[in-house]
Amino acid sequence: MQERSKFAMYWASACGGCEIALLGIHEELLDFATVFEPVFWPCVMDGKRSDVEALSDGAIALTFFNGAIRNDDDVAMARLLRAKSRLLVAFGSCAYEGCIPGLSNLSSARDHAASIYLENPSTDNPYSITPRVTTTVDEGELHLPSFHDTVKSLRQTVDVDYSVPGCPPEPHQIQTVIDMVMKGGDLPPKGSVIGAGAKALCEECPRLRREKRVRKLYRLHEIIPDKENCLIDQGMVCMGPATRSGCTALCPKAGMPCIGCYGPAEGVIDQGAAMLSALASIVEVDIEGNGDDAISRQIEDALNSLLDPAGTFYKFSLAHSLLQRARHPFRGD
Amino acid sequence: MINSFEPVIVGFFCNWCAYRAADRAGTLRLHSAPNLRIIRVMCSGRVEPQLVLKALREGADGVLIAGCHPGECHYEAGNIRTLGRFHLVRNLAGQFGIERERIQLAWVSASEGAALSEKINRMTAALRALGPLQWPQVISGRRQ
Repeated sequence: MQERSKFAMYWASACGGCEIALLGIHEELLDFATVFEPVFWPCVMDGKRSDVEALSDGAIALTFFNGAIRNDDDVAMARLLRAKSRLLVAFGSCAYEGCIPGLSNLSSARDHAASIYLENPSTDNPYSITPRVTTTVDEGELHLPSFHDTVKSLRQTVDVDYSVPGCPPEPHQIQTVIDMVMKGGDLPPKGSVIGAGAKALCEECPRLRREKRVRKLYRLHEIIPDKENCLIDQGMVCMGPATRSGCTALCPKAGMPCIGCYGPAEGVIDQGAAMLSALASIVEVDIEGNGDDAISRQIEDALNSLLDPAGTFYKFSLAHSLLQRARHPFRGD
Repeated sequence: MINSFEPVIVGFFCNWCAYRAADRAGTLRLHSAPNLRIIRVMCSGRVEPQLVLKALREGADGVLIAGCHPGECHYEAGNIRTLGRFHLVRNLAGQFGIERERIQLAWVSASEGAALSEKINRMTAALRALGPLQWPQVISGRRQ
């Protein structure tokens, strides 16, 4: 067997879903393994940082890096794997745009520590012990990575060759990415988003669209949508218009609105603002015979069921939004 | 130091009512605070939330959107779109710790120069009291 190219997969601030998604390519994984030899993959095999450090720069042909950058350790691993990899791929929504960990940018590191270690009703911490970066014990000093105030994506931390969106990326798209890399030849321009479409999700959604006019936005538990019509037309908050295609509209097909995990559609700077704009524009209002205040009230009544605009519109892209993080002090109420 | 703070307000004014009202205020030689930088757009409905957030991100202390009264839009209902977006973007900005006073909406007809001038002065005074927003520093972590 000829010598295989080196492959690494690493998780920073991640949930493990991206690794499972890679297994979703099933027996194709065996083909992948004939070309690539995993040298570092904490989820599936033992390995230490020193093993990676021992490699020469650029020794790894391909690294799938998933997870957001939350602490010093994540930054160190991002830099290390950047140096050792010829192709560094931001794999999945966290590495691409911050994803769910990015939502913590609505709060501060200090507030997180307080709620996790001190204030939660189920927390039993009589001595108010909180993690410290350095702790001195009899045997010497112990270190923990310091927790950052702002979650960043991999792209905001190191130079990245490609990004694969999705939470997690769909297996058929992972397969496309792997085929592309295995075939060699001409790769897309550096910095491209690969393993996804370029248009908005609505392009691949089979539901029927009409001119949109709604009087009320429904929360998930308030409505059972019909099977044929656009979910937004039925008053649901579906992120399709602002979200990149590529997943084949799995959620809308199953009667659930898109939550935006493939990130902004091509050309959209701020996914949340784009969606907000689309949604706010379709509210039906009676203008005739109503004064400015009465018209404002109709709009507010229609839109006020949207209790958490930031969490709805930026569920995956907050760390890459225009505002990027909240200003302190902010309390999550 | 804080006493010398002068807020920067970015104004998105529609061509048909708001911008003409601003002209009118000038012709009437009314005093309007010089803190407002007006950008003329064809309709207030053209002001995407991205523009509002971008202005704040790049250092503005506040944004004033001004257009025709509801029912009087040059394009029939552009300003109704504005109203919905304004309402949502202000709620959204609140979650990021941006005070409601920093994003404001004014309906002004072309003849309401005086009302507009007064609105600009009130908003400037409110932002002067609030202090600077400094979003670039919020992002870089230099301001907390």
